[in-house]
Amino acid sequence: MKRREAMLALEDGRVFRGEAFGADTETTGEVVFNTAMTGYQEVLSDPSYCGQILTFTYPLLGNYGVNDEDYESDGLRAQGMVCRDLCEVPSNWRSTGTLDGLLRDKGLPGITGVDTRALTRHLRDRGTMRGCLSTLSVNADELVEKARRSPRMEGLALADVVTCTEPYWWGEHGVVTTEPAADRGKPLVVVPDYGVKWNILRCLRAEGFRVRVVPGRTTGEQILALSPDGVLLSNGPGDPEPLDFAIAAARVVSQKVPTFGICLGHQLLGLAFGARTRKLKFGHRGANHPVIDRRTGVVEVTSQNHGFMVDADTLPAGEFELTHFSGNDGTLEGMVHRSLPVLSCQYHPESSPGPHDSRVWFRAFADLVAARIGQPVGGASAPSRASRAAEPVTASRTPSKKG
Amino acid sequence: MPKRTDIRKILVLGAGPIVIGQACEFDYSGTQGCRSLRALGYEVVLLNSNPATIMTDPEFADRTYVEPLIPEIAERIIAKERPDALLPTLGGQTALNLAVSLAKSGVLERYGVKLIGASLEAIETAEDRDLFKKAMERAGMRLPKSGYATTVADAVALGEQLGYPLVIRSSFTLGGQGSGLVHDRRHLREAARVGIAASPNGSILIEECLLGWKEYELEVMRDGHDNVVIVCSIENFDPMGVHTGDSITVAPAQTLTDRCYQIMRDASLRIIREIRIEAGGCNIQFAVHPRTGEMIVIEMNPRVSRSSALASKATGFPIAKISAMLAVGLTLDEIPNDITRKTPACFEPSLDYCVVKIPRWAFEKFRFTDRRLGTRMKSVGEVMAIGRTFPEALLKGWRALESNGGVLPDAVADHEREAVQHAVREPSPDRLRDLFRLLAGGDTPESLSAITGIDPWYLHQMTRITSLDRELRGATWDDATVRHAKRMGFSDRQLALRFGLAETEVRRRRIAAGIVPVMKAVDTCGAEFQAETPYFYSTYEEECEVPEATRPRVLILGSGPNRIGQGLEFDYCCVQAALELKSRGYDVLIANSNPETVSTDYDVSNRLYFEPLTAEDVLNIVDREKPIGVVVQLGGQTPLKLAKALHEAGVPLLGTSFDGLDLAENRSRWRDLVTELGLKQPDSRIAATREETLAMAEQLGWPVLVRPSYVLGGRGMRIVYERSELEDWLAREALISADEPVLLDKFLEGALEVDVDAVADGETVMVGAVMEHIEEAGVHSGDSTCVIPPFTLGDSTVAEIRAITTRLARALGVRGLMNVQYAVRMGDIYVLEANPRASRTVPFVSKAVGIPLARLAARVMVGERLADIRPAETDPRMISVKKPVLPFSRFPGEDALLGPEMKSTGEVMGRDLDFGRALAKAHLGAGDALPLEGNVLLSVRDDDKRSITFMAKKLVELGYGLVATRGTARFLSRNGIPVREVYKVHEGRPHVADLIDNGEIQLVINTPLGRASEYDEQAIRERAVAMSVPVVTTLAGAQVTVAGLEALRRGPLEVTSLQEAL
Repeated sequence: MKRREAMLALEDGRVFRGEAFGADTETTGEVVFNTAMTGYQEVLSDPSYCGQILTFTYPLLGNYGVNDEDYESDGLRAQGMVCRDLCEVPSNWRSTGTLDGLLRDKGLPGITGVDTRALTRHLRDRGTMRGCLSTLSVNADELVEKARRSPRMEGLALADVVTCTEPYWWGEHGVVTTEPAADRGKPLVVVPDYGVKWNILRCLRAEGFRVRVVPGRTTGEQILALSPDGVLLSNGPGDPEPLDFAIAAARVVSQKVPTFGICLGHQLLGLAFGARTRKLKFGHRGANHPVIDRRTGVVEVTSQNHGFMVDADTLPAGEFELTHFSGNDGTLEGMVHRSLPVLSCQYHPESSPGPHDSRVWFRAFADLVAARIGQPVGGASAPSRASRAAEPVTASRTPSKKG
Repeated sequence: MPKRTDIRKILVLGAGPIVIGQACEFDYSGTQGCRSLRALGYEVVLLNSNPATIMTDPEFADRTYVEPLIPEIAERIIAKERPDALLPTLGGQTALNLAVSLAKSGVLERYGVKLIGASLEAIETAEDRDLFKKAMERAGMRLPKSGYATTVADAVALGEQLGYPLVIRSSFTLGGQGSGLVHDRRHLREAARVGIAASPNGSILIEECLLGWKEYELEVMRDGHDNVVIVCSIENFDPMGVHTGDSITVAPAQTLTDRCYQIMRDASLRIIREIRIEAGGCNIQFAVHPRTGEMIVIEMNPRVSRSSALASKATGFPIAKISAMLAVGLTLDEIPNDITRKTPACFEPSLDYCVVKIPRWAFEKFRFTDRRLGTRMKSVGEVMAIGRTFPEALLKGWRALESNGGVLPDAVADHEREAVQHAVREPSPDRLRDLFRLLAGGDTPESLSAITGIDPWYLHQMTRITSLDRELRGATWDDATVRHAKRMGFSDRQLALRFGLAETEVRRRRIAAGIVPVMKAVDTCGAEFQAETPYFYSTYEEECEVPEATRPRVLILGSGPNRIGQGLEFDYCCVQAALELKSRGYDVLIANSNPETVSTDYDVSNRLYFEPLTAEDVLNIVDREKPIGVVVQLGGQTPLKLAKALHEAGVPLLGTSFDGLDLAENRSRWRDLVTELGLKQPDSRIAATREETLAMAEQLGWPVLVRPSYVLGGRGMRIVYERSELEDWLAREALISADEPVLLDKFLEGALEVDVDAVADGETVMVGAVMEHIEEAGVHSGDSTCVIPPFTLGDSTVAEIRAITTRLARALGVRGLMNVQYAVRMGDIYVLEANPRASRTVPFVSKAVGIPLARLAARVMVGERLADIRPAETDPRMISVKKPVLPFSRFPGEDALLGPEMKSTGEVMGRDLDFGRALAKAHLGAGDALPLEGNVLLSVRDDDKRSITFMAKKLVELGYGLVATRGTARFLSRNGIPVREVYKVHEGRPHVADLIDNGEIQLVINTPLGRASEYDEQAIRERAVAMSVPVVTTLAGAQVTVAGLEALRRGPLEVTSLQEAL
């Protein structure tokens, strides 16, 4: 099939030509690359990619099609997609459609046939930058200009864009509006939604929690009023610093109940305890990043997606034990509070996509909650090295639109 | 954890001779292992019987034993060297089996040797189907339903219970030997009989057939700290039912969602932990149901493997090197990633390209065997290709095979369609070609998927190629279309065909239009980090990553996929030359398409190009790199065949000039040269028609050696003794024309054959060694057992051979290596052929005489003079025997007879102070140990009967019993030699073949009568091969074998390392 021309223009003037797929539209955003070789559907639907145009370093995309199950939210959250070789005819027993069709349905533009390796090297060397992806125009000057005029990621409070507007519960098959009967009596985790990935909710529920998700602007006091046994500060897109409401909530809940921060949630905790965050040159996005637990020397192969990080040197001295570091660049990847039941990791223990090496974090959180409430969570035995990768992903069907 | 300090000296086991299922990938892994252990400060003792390997070059270990890989010899070495540890995981199944035997017999304990890399328990759990099954149950994994049988009757009973089709596997064998797929009771009986015989413990596994399931492999590594990483996922194009070595495979997995892939990854982590691989790597194979996603474990290998070599090349993650480092206690996070140098090895490589591996078979050499592919590996080599899309990688792989002219096959014609559709149902070496033909002819991916079980994804991707090719038919040149085709992976040759242009013209127009490839790096990380180690492939995109030139560049062309007649020996030469030139300040570039080799280790060269070895692909590299010259003389026929195109494109060849190469290659120029030099050569003719061939044969007088004009490894070559035989041969080798004539040589019956390897710089000529063949002339030199120094030739003959070699080298203007073959009969020396290039024997000679010939050649090629280098010519005390290893047991129905067509896959070397013991070691190394006692079957042609009298007496003196069929038996009896007479096959039972089957014969000496009365002989040889009884088919071979038997009975064999005085 002969496709129309499409173009990706970067703010520094470099343009990449290719063929259009997905919707006939135009978008701007921060252009980032992800090195995971599987999981494009999960990545595109991950709310943390809000505001970003995603390029995949793996060149063959769409091979196994798309299905109704592998969503991390109720839609696609990235702004657009850049590929080297889009597959027209997918093959997989779970496939219900093509990647092209999905992007078209969800109104996202895609460009294929791009020298994505050249693009990746450009972003690696010059840093992530703004871009404009168009399946309507190939006027380079005009698109570069649009890229330059688009907002920078720094200072953007994107959580407001992706958060749910009404609270919901997470049930066996996903989003439900009433408390699932099956979970009654289980310890409650409240998750303020800054762009939460559904697999975090699946993992919490699999761990034995009752899971309630509340809008991102819910205050700390409001959260505590729900009598949670623990709070999970979710992942989410963009810069943590402008999210003053979330930082305030993190400050409040972390003093009172066991609190677990993932990715953006980790950065919020850092900020709540007085540290500073900063932007990485080109971020960590992929499913092969080694993280070393400094306490044990154990290495986890992790799923990562962050453009900002907590500057370890700015954390108040002695308050946190800095437990996890990136094997690649030595940046802080995880920490545990020395006196409060608070822990957080910069990467994605729920993976999806990516290895299951880090599920121990959910158990560690459950242990904090158990200590707090004086009864085990989920009745599961203590985690062991041998079983750390053994947990299957909870299968879940996508429900209809959440509230 | 830092490296272990309780270990100082490590014994590393190699894999022995190249055989089907165990090839030079283990030289790659062993070489890496030895290098990294020495770099860590350990003393390395190496045992490997294969002289062609790079790892056995004396510089790669502290002590190198080119001795048989058997427990007795290993024990001698352990007693002598007293190593602290034994590392068996780099040497394939051979090394693993040897380690198990040494551990079980208590040798390791007795000498305090620790097994590292994999524990005995781990090896046994992975290898023993029953223990493995239990372990997998504990890990929560399902295996195919199965059961064991030790008798044919049990096998049938079990088979009926499980239901057909069934897979038969024999325990503890390599490359799936003794395994097969059966559809009915009759075939089950046959397979059970063979499998039980092939298994060291006499048992077979019969299991549920997963035909049509998708097949995957994961390469897994675990360190002593329980950190586990998956290096690579590999998806098979061919569904379950074809041995992975015979499957087209693709990396990374293409059709798995992340969810399914992670389930497989989790399973792999559980499995490597359950099997308790404490510090090393393993390969795990899975089957996945194409419609339900159900996953089953097929097997795991607790060692590096062919797949791990492929995975290393596919990802840039050096599995063998890291395995060796883990084995001595380092952990993954302590080892830097070589390619980025900044990030640690405890990560999982991310690819930004697609890798396709395609096997290469040698059925043209084994015409009488079953060509169908199954669970028993039959391929002899493979190519790997890298592209940014699947079609690009597939087409690069297709032309890298060097067996299809680099063009797509024609669409299937209507009248053939049904036959081809029928053919693709079963896996065969032709299936990829047939699929291309059917898709080009309009068959749909869905219909072909339904009959082949191949995932429709692959077939859809193939239709991208066939539809574009259809569009190109009748099209005229258009830059946009050409760019599109080049991005799809089309060769210039394919475009030339479609546009009706010469290939050179396509190249010219393409370059003029700016349609040239860029070189992209393989960097393990999808460009996330800057790559330091340069490993490149070409593709048609925007950005080229080749760095600026700083030093003079030399491009060495490798030898492409392994095949019979061209393999490891040539890679050895390329690697030696690369290392030598690198150390002398050149930027060495290597181009090769073979993932099994050492030359494609990115450590060997300054820049590695993983590319097909075609004129187009090589010229693309030359255009980018602008080397001072290209080396074509080290990689065998593959690069040599490119010499013309490179020369015509104005690319300088390093070493012997194109004219020199042509002088040796061109029959008439060569004949004239030999005549001019006043040397003898067998009378010869060139015939362009069938009639001419017959007439010329009569003129020459029988017997005549005939061959097609362009041959590799003597393909199609035959010695014919009479007219009818020649007629048969002509009928089979139908291709005769003025362009493809038949070459006829007067065959020198009863002559001795001699091989010489030399290095020359145009003036000075240094003879490496004169090798005498044990078999008389007529057996292909690659299949001959040969000896250094010559054992029957007189000193004056040897001196004359050296003198002739010198004259030939000067006349051809040789700069670099040269090999000359001679026949010696009644004091006359005949020149058979001279090849101004590396030969198969260069590594053997280098090891036997202690002179690195390929390194000297490399220095000469860049302009140094031998007179300045002045290497010492040595006169070694040790006698070295090179013995071929033949693959007949893989190819039932094939006659195990040696002839002018090369059939061996590999070789071993036996070294000792006396000839008999060196020969006995060669036999031990080759796996057909000479028997210390028992019965010898003698069956010789009338001409030879007189000559065997002495030999027969000797055998009786040594205590062997003699068995013979009527003619030979009566002849021996008449000469007073005790012998048991047995029936020929048609005379009654028990006949001679029954005796072999019953294990009553330990050695067969059978010289063939010629083509006419062969039934018995073929039956004898076939049974002997099946029962692993050594067979000697020449009189000369028989005589030295008796010398070997005599030597063996004199007492235990001693071992000597290469580093000890020669």
